[in-house]
Amino acid sequence: MASAVASIWQGITYRGKEGHYAWLLHRAGGLGIVLFLFLHILDIFLVGVGEDVFEFFLFIYHSAPAKVFVMALLFGVFFHAFNGVRIILVDFWPDKFSNMKMQRTLFRLVVLVTLIFFIPTAIITVAPIFGVELALSQFFGG
Amino acid sequence: MSAISRLKYGSPNRFEVLSWYFMRVSGAVLLLVAVLHLLIMHVWYGVDAIDYRFVVGRWASPVVQVYDLALLLFAMIHGVNGTRWVIDDYVHSRGWNLTLKSALYVLALIFILMGATVIFTFDPGTSETALNAVAAALTR
Repeated sequence: MASAVASIWQGITYRGKEGHYAWLLHRAGGLGIVLFLFLHILDIFLVGVGEDVFEFFLFIYHSAPAKVFVMALLFGVFFHAFNGVRIILVDFWPDKFSNMKMQRTLFRLVVLVTLIFFIPTAIITVAPIFGVELALSQFFGG
Repeated sequence: MSAISRLKYGSPNRFEVLSWYFMRVSGAVLLLVAVLHLLIMHVWYGVDAIDYRFVVGRWASPVVQVYDLALLLFAMIHGVNGTRWVIDDYVHSRGWNLTLKSALYVLALIFILMGATVIFTFDPGTSETALNAVAAALTR
């Protein structure tokens, strides 16, 4: 137990700059996503239990406070996905991508692409709280 | 022979090599399948548009059923394997390590079965899954 706390604490306080932040976010995000995955399977399973039960539990996505968690999930998934691409590049083509300079560039690129995906998605997510519906299907007739 | 070259050329742990490789391959698949699922639900339809009829209507298409199963299996196995790595990193006591991993595997298997059951056996006519028949048989 003490060793687990010590290794988790070292993982957080180790000052390894970009590589460390990427590793930390990838791990924390991954754990968050897998936790959500269990919740998501459970709530979809409720479809088979009954319409009333399923619709009752929709507040975990539709209520205003839930949007904060949805946004954290969206950021986590986008970062995990694009950082995963960085990991694949570094692992499979180390000659090209594993030098310090390239690693730093790749990490900044990952953050940039994550934000490009996250910001519009986050706006669409919080808009209904303010009575505005921005989901794309209504503009293009889904 | 140094320790490092022994590690490299001695006897590689085949399972861990495959596990490492699987994470890259399934990650690449999920980059398309999971991110697309997220964009369809959160950007195209919007979460507030999703209700009982929406979910049930989706499964009328076999393509969606197979897509959802791929999502379920890839995400679940990728996520459980990642969690296994995290447990191995932090929990060094043999008893706790084994307990946590066993609980993780059992839970994952149950949830995969739950997900697959509702995707493939939900009947919109009766609003029931195969589990309703099983429950009815057990409680009769």
